[in-house]
Amino acid sequence: MLNRRKFLTAAVGVASAGALAACAKEDKGSTGTGSNGGGGGKKLTLGFSQVGSESGWRTANTESVKSAAQEAGFTLKFSDAQQKQENQISAIRSFIAQKVDVIAFSPVVVTGWDAVLKEAKAKNIPVVLTDRSVETSDESLFVTLVGSDFTDEGRRAAKILEKVLEKAGHKGPVKIAQLEGTTGAAPAIERAKGFKEVMDAEHKDDWKIVVSQTGDFTRAGGKQVMSAFLQSNPDIDVLFAHNDDMGIGAIQAIEAAGKKPGKDILIVTVDGVKDGFVAMSEGKINAIVECNPLLGPQLMEVVQKVKNGEKVERWVKTEESDFLQEQAKDALPTRKY
Amino acid sequence: MTTTPRWRALTHHHLFWPVAVLVVLLLVNIPFTPDFFSIKMTDGHLYGSLVSIVLFGSPLILVAVGMTLVIATGGIDLSVGAVVAITGALTCAHLSEQADQNALSGVFTALAIGLAAAVVCGLWNGFLVARMGIQPIIATLIIMVAGRGVAQLITDGQIITVSSEPYKLIGGGYWLTLPFSIFVVLAVVAVTALLTRRTALGLLVESVGGNAEASRLVGIRSRRIKIMVYVFCALCAGIAGLMISSNTSAADGNNAGLWIELDAILAVVIGGTALTGGRFSIGGTVVGALVIQTLTTTIYTIGVPTQTNLVFKAAVVIVVCLMQSPKFRAKVFGAKRAAQQPPAPAAPADTAPTADAAPKLEVS
Repeated sequence: MLNRRKFLTAAVGVASAGALAACAKEDKGSTGTGSNGGGGGKKLTLGFSQVGSESGWRTANTESVKSAAQEAGFTLKFSDAQQKQENQISAIRSFIAQKVDVIAFSPVVVTGWDAVLKEAKAKNIPVVLTDRSVETSDESLFVTLVGSDFTDEGRRAAKILEKVLEKAGHKGPVKIAQLEGTTGAAPAIERAKGFKEVMDAEHKDDWKIVVSQTGDFTRAGGKQVMSAFLQSNPDIDVLFAHNDDMGIGAIQAIEAAGKKPGKDILIVTVDGVKDGFVAMSEGKINAIVECNPLLGPQLMEVVQKVKNGEKVERWVKTEESDFLQEQAKDALPTRKY
Repeated sequence: MTTTPRWRALTHHHLFWPVAVLVVLLLVNIPFTPDFFSIKMTDGHLYGSLVSIVLFGSPLILVAVGMTLVIATGGIDLSVGAVVAITGALTCAHLSEQADQNALSGVFTALAIGLAAAVVCGLWNGFLVARMGIQPIIATLIIMVAGRGVAQLITDGQIITVSSEPYKLIGGGYWLTLPFSIFVVLAVVAVTALLTRRTALGLLVESVGGNAEASRLVGIRSRRIKIMVYVFCALCAGIAGLMISSNTSAADGNNAGLWIELDAILAVVIGGTALTGGRFSIGGTVVGALVIQTLTTTIYTIGVPTQTNLVFKAAVVIVVCLMQSPKFRAKVFGAKRAAQQPPAPAAPADTAPTADAAPKLEVS
């Protein structure tokens, strides 16, 4: 048992060392985490366990946390769970053993955290969640969640669609096609919910979702589903895609059908990755609702407050904005992911 | 119950049931999409549901054709999805570093690098199965699990976008008004069919699948044949990987070809190739792959709710597999026929029309 534990800790150590090396390579010239931290006083140590590196969004999220920790002058102990809960639990245990000041993590799954969080609580180490939440029997097991409000993203998408329609001078009923994310994933469920909420409340008579299918958050999925949509409903006015990648795939399908994305079919997507902004600056996406992975600075602020014993909100929502085509060109160079 | 010999010959052809299912699935679309079969010219190429089905089905056909030969030797290859991801990732990674992504030399080098990686994966699988005697399902599981990690390593966890017109042609472009991928698929299928049916190669593959040891004793180099089919399967997966990444002009190490191995195995089974090895049908596999793609497209066009997608798919697949099983057909239709012979009261009168109607439905 002990051996297994040791092995896991070592494995996590190796994984995080690898990740740190990759980081150093990326931001050129930096000398490693926390080395130029602010002078005076003992440096705050933050243990951070990331889900993995499954998407560009996640990679950007990791980078943001690392650079923000460095800027804030914290010592960051980073570990990549490679999408496995057991890795994450052993990483958190090793943080506890190393007596870090604050533990932050982005949970791989929703449940099964009570035991390890109680261990942290017993040692008086506050826990901050990022990006995703957990279900626990005891709400005091974590201090706060720093992350996006997916339902609100759906609402914002509907709101910005109003502007897009107005700008395009669209009159009369609006036929909407929706590309959903992976079935059962929180962002997919909540974005659809938020969008429908606004639609039912304010546009009950004129807006209608005529088709809705999952594109699995991927470009290939978006392209394939959209090309089927265009066959069964050639008169679609608007596409709402739950992420940029599906929207980019759909654009290709729309072009193959001989239509102009952004003109014949108005497109609103969520996320705001670089390729999405490229498509928007080309006029192919009409509006993007940002889901910001760059929550590093906000996280560090919260961590400092928690350490100082100040009160923080239960859910610190990430600062996010909405972008229309006019802003695309200006915003494009600032896109890091 | 009068079955003419011609009808009997037709229903007993090994391609009858797969083709019948394909036709029924295509017809199901008509009430939902009235112009489902219409094909029109758009921007100088043909456009329509049927074209989309072939275009999006091309990678699956390729992977399934490769899988057919592996299964014919009594093996299985779970690594094809990962090979798809690796090939796409390597090719796009190399291509994206080129100063001029439209230069043909750069594109060909990138293709060669990607396909070489696929061949290496195939050699590794073949080596483990044929030389080390490891169970195929275990041997190929290694690359299935690790390969996707390798692909993510190559892409750095990001989606690599390329903007190369020549590369886009392979999986997303058009040639002579048709999707270029159709020509690639036709070429691969034709070469495979020629090699396996016009030379002794097919026979050798089947004999290895029937009994590897007996084949070896009669002088067939069964190990070499096995390595060859795994390499061929990986190469097909590699070409499919090029198509998938070319179709969206992007390499997604995480999602490209995800679960395609299962669809491919299903296509092979629907096509009438036995998983026990020893017999195979390339034509059946192609039809099987088209059935799966048509089913996917049908789900999108008829508006099955997202949550029930998979249940719908499963139900259709179960029906298809049951229809294919001679035992099941004998039990269901045969039982009714048998029940008619003794003068049983009432019941046969009810069942006779349905038994008659079932086959007719298939040909309409």
